[in-house]
Amino acid sequence: MIAIISSPSTDPTTTEPASGASTHTSPATSTTWTIRVLLPGPLRALAHIDGEISLDIAAPSQRGVIDALDAQFPALRGTLRDAIKDRRRPKIRFYACGRDLSHVEPDDRLPDAVLDGAESYLIVGAISGG
Amino acid sequence: MSDGVRVLVGTRKGAFILTSGAERQEWDVSGPFFPGWEIYHVNGSPVNPDRLYASQSTSWFGQLIQRSDDGGKTWAPVGNEFHYAGDAGNHQWYDGTPHPWEFARVWHLEPSLSCPDTVYAGVEDAALFRSTDAGQTWVELPGLRTHTTGMEWSPGAGGLCLHTIVIDPTDEEKMVIAISAAGAFRTDDGGETWKPINKGLWSEGFPVPDGEVGHCVHNIAMHPKNPDVLFMQKHWDVMRSDNGGASWTEVSGNLPSDFGFPIEVHPHEPETIYVVPIKSDSEHFPPDGKLRVYRSRTGGNDWEALTNGLPQEHCYVNILRDAMASDTLPSAGIYFGTTGGQVYVSPDSGDTWQAIVHDLPAVLSVEVQTLS
Repeated sequence: MIAIISSPSTDPTTTEPASGASTHTSPATSTTWTIRVLLPGPLRALAHIDGEISLDIAAPSQRGVIDALDAQFPALRGTLRDAIKDRRRPKIRFYACGRDLSHVEPDDRLPDAVLDGAESYLIVGAISGG
Repeated sequence: MSDGVRVLVGTRKGAFILTSGAERQEWDVSGPFFPGWEIYHVNGSPVNPDRLYASQSTSWFGQLIQRSDDGGKTWAPVGNEFHYAGDAGNHQWYDGTPHPWEFARVWHLEPSLSCPDTVYAGVEDAALFRSTDAGQTWVELPGLRTHTTGMEWSPGAGGLCLHTIVIDPTDEEKMVIAISAAGAFRTDDGGETWKPINKGLWSEGFPVPDGEVGHCVHNIAMHPKNPDVLFMQKHWDVMRSDNGGASWTEVSGNLPSDFGFPIEVHPHEPETIYVVPIKSDSEHFPPDGKLRVYRSRTGGNDWEALTNGLPQEHCYVNILRDAMASDTLPSAGIYFGTTGGQVYVSPDSGDTWQAIVHDLPAVLSVEVQTLS
């Protein structure tokens, strides 16, 4: 499932998306971004997902992505983030825009290209022969 | 479904369900369920045989618990958060230094004997959890982990794991559990308090070979008609207790090796027990390359080799601690799965054997439901 992602509205009070605009509502209410996410194969199977998904996130950060995934796909809870340690699982890495975001602070802002929907947020499991 | 059996198989790369009628000759094979995931254990409620629980995990994505309400046809994930109560503290690491208690995986699921929504989970690092809402939430029974000896517990090579849970059918408040490598423990109050039950165990080479704790117990079995009689396969030695674990005596007798992992009791003969000897703690394969199940009809000491239908040359597989089980049909069936991917059945208490399947991924666990 791939959503049609387009550039954000320049009017922060917009509630109805203009033609070609992403879901982006007034900062006085709630703000969301719709991004593209690609999960590793075993988790796509677990959550019954085909290919890349579009995901609405309430916070423009990696923590926001994980929170949104957990909310929309309860089967994924605990698979990306250790619920006890509240940390990324060591064999999971996060990439976007050609960069490894795995060691970026979880609340740092995602790249604009991800938030704009131009680039996917990639979740990758360690490659192993086992 | 008419009389028959459902064999629940956990493997390194998924779960399988094998079903057959009472003759146990023709088999249907379903799976793999959860392909690619380690399935440490699949077990069913004795109260509602359609209620199954599975421990699904990988080192990539952590732990999931799956539940089926239709005998394994369909599954759905339930709760997977196992939080230690309070400050988890430390146990001993391999090198004797303090090491934080950290959840790794669920080794064993033991449904209640009276309620299909209640199920116990034995986990690594060793602790006992219970769910009373069919797996949606899990709460630790901290009395075990916080036992005064807890800080002394150290892991075996496979981790500090609570791998065996035996519930007394006459009184569910009474349970025996086993931890590698802390030993066996018993509760008489539903898990509130525990005491080590390792008197009589001897662990050669340990600084304190007969210590209160620190023994690598591999598996414990009990016949429901004799809950005070327990059988143990230890890291070396087959043991027996006639007093609920208060003391143990060795019954290895004439076994070719007393090293092994599983131990099983015949469902209708409380003094008939089964083990599968392997050569040693480093050579985890049958002595002489011959796969032999050993049966004692005297509760130990006197053992006979069961080989009819089992490979007697070039066989170097292992049978893990949770990979042996029995059904309760009149002609009792004994089952085991191997690290080579075979699952064997004997429909006649061990006299003859046949392979149900040959080429599964390495088998981690076998449980059997008798259906009627």
